[in-house]
Amino acid sequence: MTEQTKAPVALRAARIVRRRTRASVIHDANAPAIAARDLAAAYGGRIALSAVSFDLSAGAHLAVVGPNGAGKSTLLKVIGGLLPWVGGTIRVHGHAPRDHLCIAYVPQRSDVDWRFPVTVADVVLMGLTGRLGPLRRAGQRDRRLVTDAIERVGLEDRAHRQIGELSGGEQQRMFIARAIAQEAEIVLMDEPLAGLDVPSEADVLALLDRLDRTTLLVALHDLGVAAAHFDRVLLLRERMIGFGTPADVFRPDALEAAYGGCVRMVRTADGALVVHDSACPREAL
Amino acid sequence: MSAFEWLVAPLRYPFMIRALVASALVGGLCSIVGTFVVLRSMAFLGDAIAHSVLPGIATGVLVAGRGDRRSLFWWALGTSILVALGIGWVSERGRIKEDTAIGIVFAGMFALGIALLSTVRGFAVDLVHVLFGDVLGVSVGDLALIAAFGGAVLLLVVLFYKELVLVSFDPTLGATLRLPVAVYRRLLLVLVAITVVVSLQVVGLALMLAMLVAPATTAFLLTRRVRSMMVVGALIGVASGLIGLYVSFYFAVASGAAIVLVAIAAFLLALLLTPRRGLLRRPASR
Repeated sequence: MTEQTKAPVALRAARIVRRRTRASVIHDANAPAIAARDLAAAYGGRIALSAVSFDLSAGAHLAVVGPNGAGKSTLLKVIGGLLPWVGGTIRVHGHAPRDHLCIAYVPQRSDVDWRFPVTVADVVLMGLTGRLGPLRRAGQRDRRLVTDAIERVGLEDRAHRQIGELSGGEQQRMFIARAIAQEAEIVLMDEPLAGLDVPSEADVLALLDRLDRTTLLVALHDLGVAAAHFDRVLLLRERMIGFGTPADVFRPDALEAAYGGCVRMVRTADGALVVHDSACPREAL
Repeated sequence: MSAFEWLVAPLRYPFMIRALVASALVGGLCSIVGTFVVLRSMAFLGDAIAHSVLPGIATGVLVAGRGDRRSLFWWALGTSILVALGIGWVSERGRIKEDTAIGIVFAGMFALGIALLSTVRGFAVDLVHVLFGDVLGVSVGDLALIAAFGGAVLLLVVLFYKELVLVSFDPTLGATLRLPVAVYRRLLLVLVAITVVVSLQVVGLALMLAMLVAPATTAFLLTRRVRSMMVVGALIGVASGLIGLYVSFYFAVASGAAIVLVAIAAFLLALLLTPRRGLLRRPASR
């Protein structure tokens, strides 16, 4: 009888679960961090996104912009391996999204149950769950990782607060700390600035700017923020309208195609300024 | 009669000692598993699993006769686990809305159970025991079953604690960490199913939901971390079981109902008095 078969049933089951969950791939050094070719994805039984093709190198910061329902969330979920795609190909460091453990996904704040009885440190520790495996509790080293991550986002005095007691900006920074603890190389964020006041927004953006070795994909509404803080933008409206640097993408024809009549161009001395028409119906924006 | 005499008087009866032990065990177990029921908002699911046990018991009565309590337990356990897995499967397919699917399974299974039982002579007595519990009839063998299966449920909760909490709080994180989220979700349903069957004799099917939800919710109001919510909930559950049984003994009230009423009273007290989450506290700002 081997050691393996003598172990208690629960332990053996846990080993099987761990083996199955530890399947991660070696990154292909020559492949871009993310490569999409004619990608199409469905959401709720209908094609939400098609004709998306782009290469993103490791460490790049990409803003995903477009009106509501443009397919921003769908794209992030496909890249995170949370949704299957229906056409084309998507490769993350040369492999299928689902094979990666290096991807962190930060949900929209409205999708989180903020009354759940967990503290900031508890949530950040959850990022280590996969690495710990079943049946193992966090040790000294893991706690150190959690503390470091919390310090990097400047929440050390909030570490033991229940998550509902945080401000919107602090909640967003907590999820960034979790991505750091998770040692994620790719971080996907769905509308992290939604509902934040101006100082909180500045805090979150400053933090994102400092993550210069992380490949970052952020769904955004604010084109000005996209242009100021991101080195690549992807403009969507159920299909890809443009991809490139902000200066390449934010051109009148492309914005017109994405937002229809809801965008106004203002000519200034050093180029064109893009202005949202706030009088536009919400569904259109 | 002094307070001490008042406390020890029921202990002269062996059936009361067995009933007290059973109530305490079940009160604690229901509250710990109930923590997940409350946090995942699956109260309706828990109620459905509880009521779906009836056809299993009815089949047991028809096959083995109502005297054979041991085989009734196994029939109930098998049915509840099957129903729990079945409901989990149906709700993940997504063709029908989850609560509708649960409602259909719930009502269908309950009707099937009553139909089967009604073919047995004198079925009213069986039905009353199944619906409202029969804690004074708990035998030493029943206690052993409660302890064994309750212990197994506790062990699984302890072993997979962080995964169960993670899947309850943020299933998307579970998916990006490539954890087997569906497996843990089913595990939770099976834990609820076992708890329901283990608790059957103490509180009965009709009031099961209250024991799953009330002490855990009271603890939710009083604590701020899952672990302390479980511990406080378990203490409230044990206390409700014991106090409820004394109330039942001295005031000749049905014991299952007395236990549930004590648990609900504790909840109301917490709702009124807690500084952080009670009625006096404003809802969390977004």
